Amino acid sequence: MTTTLKPVDAVLVGFGWTGAIMGQQLCDAGMNVVALERGPWRDTPTDFATGFAQDELRYMWRHHLFQNVTYDTLTIRNNTNQEALPMRHLGAFLLGTGVGSGGVHWNGQIWRFLPSDFMTKSHNQQRYGKKAVSDYDLTVQDWGVTYEQLEPYYDQFDKLCGTSGKAGNLNGKIQPGGNPFEGPRSNEYPTPPMIQTYAPTLFGKAAAELGRHPFPHPTGNLSEPYINPLGAQLGACTYCGFCEKFGCGNYSKASPQTTLLPYLMAKPNFTLKTECEVLRVKLTADRKRATGVTYVNSAGEEFFQPAEMVILSAYVLQNVRLMLLSGIGKPYDPKTGEGVVGKNYAYQTMSSVNVFFDDKILNPFIGAGALATVIDDFNGDNFDHSGLGFIGGAYIAGMVTGGRPIEMIYTPEGTPDWGLEWKHAAAKNYLRSFSISVHGSCMSHRGNYLDLDPTYRDIYGRPMLRMTFDFTENEHKMSDYLTDRAAEVARAMNPREIKLNRRKGSFSIVPYQTTHNTGGAIMGESPKDSVVNQYLQSWDVSNVFSLGSGAFPQNAGYNPTGTVAALTYHAAHEITTRYLKNPAPLVQS
Amino acid sequence: MRRFSHLRKSVAVVGTTLAILVLARITTSQIPTALPAHTTSALTPTALLSQPIADSAPNAAQLRRGQYLVAAGDCMSCHLRNGGEPLAGGLGLKTPFGVIYSANITSDQQTGIGAWTSDQFYQAMHDGIGTHGKNLYPAFPYPWFRRASRNDDDAIFAYLKTTPAVNYTPPQNDLPFPLNFRFMVKGWNLFFLNTHDFHTDPGQSNDWNRGAYLVNGLGHCGGCHTPKNFLGADKSRHEFYGAKLDNWVAPDLTSNDRTGLNGWSIDDVAEYLRNGRNAHAGAGGAMADVITYSTSLMSDADRHAMAVYLKSQEPSPKVAHAPPDSGAMRRGAAIYSDACASCHLEDGVGQPRFFPPLGHSAMLQQADPVGLLHLVLAGGRIGTSPSRPSPLTMPSFAWKLSDNEIADVATYLRNSWGNQASAISVSDVYDLRKRLDLEKVHLTANSGDRD
Repeated sequence: MTTTLKPVDAVLVGFGWTGAIMGQQLCDAGMNVVALERGPWRDTPTDFATGFAQDELRYMWRHHLFQNVTYDTLTIRNNTNQEALPMRHLGAFLLGTGVGSGGVHWNGQIWRFLPSDFMTKSHNQQRYGKKAVSDYDLTVQDWGVTYEQLEPYYDQFDKLCGTSGKAGNLNGKIQPGGNPFEGPRSNEYPTPPMIQTYAPTLFGKAAAELGRHPFPHPTGNLSEPYINPLGAQLGACTYCGFCEKFGCGNYSKASPQTTLLPYLMAKPNFTLKTECEVLRVKLTADRKRATGVTYVNSAGEEFFQPAEMVILSAYVLQNVRLMLLSGIGKPYDPKTGEGVVGKNYAYQTMSSVNVFFDDKILNPFIGAGALATVIDDFNGDNFDHSGLGFIGGAYIAGMVTGGRPIEMIYTPEGTPDWGLEWKHAAAKNYLRSFSISVHGSCMSHRGNYLDLDPTYRDIYGRPMLRMTFDFTENEHKMSDYLTDRAAEVARAMNPREIKLNRRKGSFSIVPYQTTHNTGGAIMGESPKDSVVNQYLQSWDVSNVFSLGSGAFPQNAGYNPTGTVAALTYHAAHEITTRYLKNPAPLVQS
Repeated sequence: MRRFSHLRKSVAVVGTTLAILVLARITTSQIPTALPAHTTSALTPTALLSQPIADSAPNAAQLRRGQYLVAAGDCMSCHLRNGGEPLAGGLGLKTPFGVIYSANITSDQQTGIGAWTSDQFYQAMHDGIGTHGKNLYPAFPYPWFRRASRNDDDAIFAYLKTTPAVNYTPPQNDLPFPLNFRFMVKGWNLFFLNTHDFHTDPGQSNDWNRGAYLVNGLGHCGGCHTPKNFLGADKSRHEFYGAKLDNWVAPDLTSNDRTGLNGWSIDDVAEYLRNGRNAHAGAGGAMADVITYSTSLMSDADRHAMAVYLKSQEPSPKVAHAPPDSGAMRRGAAIYSDACASCHLEDGVGQPRFFPPLGHSAMLQQADPVGLLHLVLAGGRIGTSPSRPSPLTMPSFAWKLSDNEIADVATYLRNSWGNQASAISVSDVYDLRKRLDLEKVHLTANSGDRD
């Protein structure tokens, strides 16, 4: 039996960063909003207090904060010739759940994409010719939104988080100490950069000697206490080195909990319901309008929540799946290239270089999620790609996110994975090594997509999402080229030895890479080649909005959260200033 | 629908377990083209105390004044039970004599003050006499409220008559014989009730006088901060010396330079009352509610006046202490570094206005350490306000630190960085742990491994 609840103005499906930002914006506009979160409530002092937050076994290896894949998971294959199998143990990426979700257990790396990143197709085509954007069956597209349009919203997110960093381009003027390649910023970062520890300092020095342009990583691990425009308070980071995969007990990592919830939860027109999983969006018979969502609570009771607007603010993989399950938009078919929902799934192309010293003690346990010195000389189109055979790039970061004893012990080439020899190598190198991270873009490709699995179902009987993905030659060439650039910096640091961890072969779900899944509900200029318009509004069902990185037509060489937040603010601005007065398509197709 | 017994929590958490989760109740209305289409009827306690009063009300000025004075009197902190409607009462106040439940003061005719007259209300506020001539227990702070003017009482009454009626009868008080006889209070009044109303002191500034009116009247600060005698009345000549209250300490508010407000400026006091946090301390325990429902909603001028008055108090007597045991100090320093320094930082410098600094701390040096020990054992949340909504929280250490360790670290805190106070004995910690029912705690359920 399904109980029908009283209607609301907007229902948010999922309550991480995008849900919390949109909830705050809609509630400030006077709307009556209900958020449905499948996971539990999470609160700094009860769920990740300093007394127990730094527990690698519990959080990293036993996945305490992540989706329980025995209830629901997805199936994965590299190409359509394979049979997709369910991911029964989280690996390459770690799916969040619970209030705050990925915003709780992220590293706090806050980036803006380059202006050219929003015009991947037109920009590269203009500079390198048509082949550059169609080789290897690439299906890259422009975003339908520009950096200039998003800048005020990037700025808004920086102010929400209190982002620590140093501007490299203030209103078109290049600033010493910052990233000279970044798009123009209207404002300096709200707080100064973190103190760079020894390893990032050595990296920056070596990079500068090679003529690169090092700068401190912009970070949501705050360098000093900060009060944001909503009055919410963040403390100063203590460099404990437990950010990614962990909640922050010091209130010093920007998260929905630290930046938005104190304000939003006090609003009388906002309601949060936790442990409520949305099964599908209900549409009118003509599929032009959503009437609400059907959800089930943890007692198994089913409810229908009528709503004027449905905001899909779950993780990209759930958003796309809900669209497919609910019949919103036409599913993508890789054979014909027709349809859009599920199209252009992309990821992140990660590689790294480990650096080992004899004579330097690096104390890697003094770390933070975004404690790094970075070069952006080889990201996006910041360098000439002529003759290289790929588009895209990566930032290269001398990074110390922590020295966690299980995950973060680096041993030289040829060291066995266990046993006495490993122990000796670990003991010798723990304090004397660190890793240079190569955070590469991932272009979209005709054969990479998301659809519903024909075989496997979740505990509610719904088809699982099926991911079909592999790295293409474009990505391999890019990653090899960029890993070599990272190795140059590594060698310039005069270490005893280095170890290159290239991205080789097909995508594998086993080693953790990054939780930067993108695409599948992509934004664009026309319903022919995109799922949502530049305001993240469904072309097909105009009172459904799909937030998050699903909107990325391809993924740039940066962490996605900054852009995810900016797109959300951008959409929220249009909804509150235009859509509320006239709930209709915001862009005519 | 299939039921999934292996899902741990049986019902969706609709936020009721957490005080900061505020739920909206929703009413339907017809759906116009533009949004928002669905209005809310939710009335949170703070919304009730701060919602605008329309000019169209015939006595709008009086109602606004009444609304303001309800905040100034901190009525909400007592007349709101956990999960209850604002001002409907039912909160059990644990006094040394038994549990007294707060009354319903909404406009409800049967169970609230809807049928009262303004004379009856004044009599309650001024003399502690309820309807039908019954004596009210002085847990209702009429010994302070009687200093409020008739005009102010009338404004409060007029405002309360406009609050949403809630039909709710609080539980019977749980008082032993003979205190369950209300006429006993008559004798108490004879002994302890201050007979005169508020008088301005022409020798003092306007701010001081306004501050005195608020602090000693509606604000009833002495209700917690002045020690009580064996009959629960203010100890004479001990005004604002600080007192124990429900296993917390309401700190010394005199100008004692260790335990009092001597190190705070007038602006520091006013900032604390506004934000619940300043460069010296954060408001936890019962004071958290006072910030949320009272002082954060008052005017800057009134907060300043209260600060001026409070800062004028003569210091409470100094107490000398024997230096602490060096072993306890050494062990305490190690525990501090391990358990406390991640927020309060090395040398106790803290992060002012976020995580309180611990040097020269009045809170740490209170004669009665129960507040400090309570905080370490059970944790505590800083009161939120419109200007500072973050409920910055000290986590509980009951599961992590033994009685010995807590005694050592508390002794260390009370005698480091300029602090000087009596050492803590293990039995103090043991007793409080027992009273707080924290003997058998382990790592919190939320922090445990997933099944």
